[in-house]
Amino acid sequence: MTQVNIQKPLLEIRDLRIEGHYEDAWHPLLKGIDLTLQRGEVLGLIGESGAGKSTLGLASMGYVRDGCRITGGSVRFDGMELVGARAEALRKLRGLRIAYVAQSAAASFNPAHRLIDQHVETAVKNGGIDRAQAEAEAVELYRVLRLPNPEQIGQRYPHQVSGGQLQRVMTAMAIACHPDLIVFDEPTTALDVTTQIEVLAAIRDVVKTYGSAALYISHDLAVVAQMADRIMVLRHGKLVEEADTRSMLNAPQQEYTKSLWAVRSFRTDPKICAAQQRPLLEVRQACASYGQQPVLHDVSLTLHRGQTLAVIGESGSGKSSTARLITGLLPPTAGQVLYDGEALPADFRRRSKEQLRRIQMIYQIPDTALNPRQRIVDIIGRPLTFYLGLKGQAMRKRVAELLEMIELDPAVYMERQPRELSGGQKQRICIARALAAEPQLIICDEVTSALDQLVAEGVLKLLNRIQQQLGVAYLFITHDVATVRAIADQVLVMQRGRVVDHGSRDAIFSPPYRDYTGLLFSSEPEMDPDWLNRLLASRAAPSTLQPV
Amino acid sequence: MNSLYKLLVQRLALGLLSLFAVAVIIFLAVGMLPGDVAEAMLGQAATPETVAALRAQLGLDVPALTRFGQWAWHLLHGDLGVSLANQRPIAELIASRLANTFSLAALAALVSVPVALLLGILAALYRNSWFDRLLNTSALSAVSFPEFFVAYILILVFAVKLNWLPSISNLAPGASFGEVLERSLLPVLTLSLVVVAQMMRMTRAALINLLASPYIEMARLKGISPARIIFRHALPNALAPIINVVALNLAYLVVGVVVVEVVFVYPGLGQLLVDSVAKRDIPVVQACSLIFAATYILLNTTADVLSIASNPRLMHPKG
Amino acid sequence: MSLFKQLLRAPLSAKFGLAVIVLYVLVALFAPVLAPYGETQVVGEGFAPWGSEFLLGTDNLGRDMFSRLVYGARNTLGIAFLTTVLAFALGGFCGLVAAIKGGWVDQGLSRVVDILMAIPQLIFALLILSVVGTTATSLVLVIALLDATRVFRLSRAVAMTVVVQDFVEAARLRGEGLWWLVSREVLPNAAAPLIAEFGLRFCFVFLFISALSFLGLGIQPPTADWGSMVRDNAVLITFGDISPLLPALAVALITVSVNFVVDWVLHASSGLKEC
Repeated sequence: MTQVNIQKPLLEIRDLRIEGHYEDAWHPLLKGIDLTLQRGEVLGLIGESGAGKSTLGLASMGYVRDGCRITGGSVRFDGMELVGARAEALRKLRGLRIAYVAQSAAASFNPAHRLIDQHVETAVKNGGIDRAQAEAEAVELYRVLRLPNPEQIGQRYPHQVSGGQLQRVMTAMAIACHPDLIVFDEPTTALDVTTQIEVLAAIRDVVKTYGSAALYISHDLAVVAQMADRIMVLRHGKLVEEADTRSMLNAPQQEYTKSLWAVRSFRTDPKICAAQQRPLLEVRQACASYGQQPVLHDVSLTLHRGQTLAVIGESGSGKSSTARLITGLLPPTAGQVLYDGEALPADFRRRSKEQLRRIQMIYQIPDTALNPRQRIVDIIGRPLTFYLGLKGQAMRKRVAELLEMIELDPAVYMERQPRELSGGQKQRICIARALAAEPQLIICDEVTSALDQLVAEGVLKLLNRIQQQLGVAYLFITHDVATVRAIADQVLVMQRGRVVDHGSRDAIFSPPYRDYTGLLFSSEPEMDPDWLNRLLASRAAPSTLQPV
Repeated sequence: MNSLYKLLVQRLALGLLSLFAVAVIIFLAVGMLPGDVAEAMLGQAATPETVAALRAQLGLDVPALTRFGQWAWHLLHGDLGVSLANQRPIAELIASRLANTFSLAALAALVSVPVALLLGILAALYRNSWFDRLLNTSALSAVSFPEFFVAYILILVFAVKLNWLPSISNLAPGASFGEVLERSLLPVLTLSLVVVAQMMRMTRAALINLLASPYIEMARLKGISPARIIFRHALPNALAPIINVVALNLAYLVVGVVVVEVVFVYPGLGQLLVDSVAKRDIPVVQACSLIFAATYILLNTTADVLSIASNPRLMHPKG
Repeated sequence: MSLFKQLLRAPLSAKFGLAVIVLYVLVALFAPVLAPYGETQVVGEGFAPWGSEFLLGTDNLGRDMFSRLVYGARNTLGIAFLTTVLAFALGGFCGLVAAIKGGWVDQGLSRVVDILMAIPQLIFALLILSVVGTTATSLVLVIALLDATRVFRLSRAVAMTVVVQDFVEAARLRGEGLWWLVSREVLPNAAAPLIAEFGLRFCFVFLFISALSFLGLGIQPPTADWGSMVRDNAVLITFGDISPLLPALAVALITVSVNFVVDWVLHASSGLKEC
């Protein structure tokens, strides 16, 4: 390696400005950012969507995406200016001295080549390392990262390896040439919490062992707290606050940072349920499959009027299939769905208008849940006309009432189109559309997981207020333990198409835990820099953590 | 490998099935379409006797199924029937013309495929440069031109004004190879121009689509050289779309020859088809249509099989 | 942004294309006013040269070239437009329904289209025309039917991307009928690619009919039509006279223009995708 000056920072970014081109104009993405990173230091970059953290991460490699441009400032890596540097010079740095770990390993590995070929590519082509040696080192790294079958896994193609393992292989690939700096761009965001632990542990091991400096980008403060020595909070392309991890967690200075921290404290009041009452919704021993693939086994649940039942599980647990079963999109192969004691036809096409009206649905991604070619008044007005026969002024009046209920000004929003609204506002419109049908049950399918934390909290509070006002029941589907803790009256835990645990919120969240529930809850990162250490120490036998 | 074989067998079976269905359609179209073909064909000369005779010759007096059975049986034995216009066996009429048409299409493919792929890759690499813009605008214009327009412009320039090449490609039997080549040059050029433009546009689109994928960005961030990104990271994944582009255009080529043959009076299958349609020589039309359709299906099936075989997810299944 | 503003910001090629399209439509509409002679009127010797009496000379039968070019705009454009509209009405509607209904409706329609598309279009057209004869009506119907298969494929594919979105599922779960789903939920969101496809299809049909006419199997004499005008007068080219190329140029000009406009529409509706 080159001569190293210990006194000088490894990465020095000064007043960096980057613009992106969309909707026929240039918009600022980074509005003058300063950043200093010492050798061996791990810096966490956190912020909500649009904060510019990925743009900053890529810029530290001298890279801007197509459709973006650097308009000012400097990026110095080990004394070398990267802004305006020749492509050939940058190419010599990347992979060798600065490496990158992307959010989705599945998309970032080339499907046409074996993992090992992609792993050693930079080392062999640019690093002048002998191929056999590079491969031997790769196998050693896989062993260190506790990948199953370290000798063989490199011979596989990306689609033959699970997401969590692939993310670890990508981390190994980043370290292959012992770079001075690794940029981790949301490396665990696409993973389930139980898988995330493994990857987090792997990343930390690697960074510690090889002494690389790192930029760790995430929207999840609890995750960053485990990894970073120091944290920078970004918002709208600007720095909000910067401090070392512990003081940032214990004593945030800025209002914005404080509000980010406070999100997790929201709790609804538990609602008492009269046990004698007939349940509003009951699913009895339902099984279902997509084609030949069974997705639900013997699923039963009950939900009472005015209550919230949270269904929690990881991807593939069958929680969304349960929602589709209840709405009649996925007819069960066995078992039945009862509404107010009466069996519902399995297929929604055979349900009456009245039966359809009483169960409404809110979706995960509000952008695709609203027809982009309709105005807000059409979107909310349609169920009013369709179910309740309201037309003209009566319909508009009711739409205005509903808009006020979701805290949007009717005078402003009535005639707008969805694309003029923010993500949170769109989700509120979806809530209003569901309420327009005057349902007794609303199925909320991951309704906050596509939203930023602060916006998500607002939506949860709104849903809670509506429940108190109207006594509507929620079936709340989520993968997020914190959300369940915030809003559930009853909890159902699902794994691989089965119900593995259920009970009231208090019962579920107090020890002793059932095996899977315990694993799930303990895997949820906490706002404590020592959480990961404690967890790894407590899980003495790592073999139980291997994703199956 | 199981799922791969299953897919391939499925695709081949589908090809055979469509060939059969097409044969049925081509054959039965005559009987199923409205109006009496025999009467229409005879026009003014139709008397009850001549109509009955023609119906018998076309086989319209026997049930459709029997008729199809007989036709297919003869077909399988290489007997394509007899032309109504001159009573000669169709196989004889077609044989030499078929070779002419295929050699014309093959020559055009030989010229156009490499040129189009190269231009497409270059355009994708230097997208939005002046080179790309120029190429794109000319390609867009070229695909919009009717073939006969391109053909006559080439005749006007190369045959009439410059007097370098003959304007008519009526090959005499026993012509030397040089002569054949000289006479085929303009038709080949016409076909190539139209197909290159189309193929280049599609190749460019397929590659640009691919260059936007995260694994290409990852390769850039790994410091891989631009040439290696194209050849090692992009092209292996672009194989399937490019194979499809090529097959689609080759299939087009086989059909596109019809107009070009007429312009240049080139003695191929296309010209025979057009003449026979004008004369309503239905057995010849059927035979020619079947040959064109079979070629078309063969090309499409080959493309599908190749693109299935080039998909790593299918070549290396999980487990 | 208003349509007019977008138009002002369009690239030169699109503006050129739009101008040509408007010009053609005007010529087609006012053909009898613009043409100095009748469509089939024999006004002089065959192959008269260009001059003040006959602007572009006369054709093989002694009819005025310029007048026939003008009438040709009306005939060729009209027939191509009618055919494209028919193809869209049939193929577009079936494609949308197949995408929304799914199941056996989709399977059935898709397999029929697969089989029809296994035969090259020109060959299929020649086969059918040889049986039913080449009248204008049969021409329009046959080409419309064949093109409907292509339109079906595209509209089904476009509709599929819309149908999988949650707002369509929401409408289904509300209990909306097929007509509402097609007209209110899917069609408005599939409009941009379908409009572009309409342009491309129109070009294709236009070229197709011209090619058939050029082969003598399309629009029949004495109707003025650009494809057959090239065919009738092609012999002049060997004498270095470019008059027969004029109708071919007319065909090329309109298809290029439509393509330029479609390219712009597609680019504009795809947003920032290609930067």
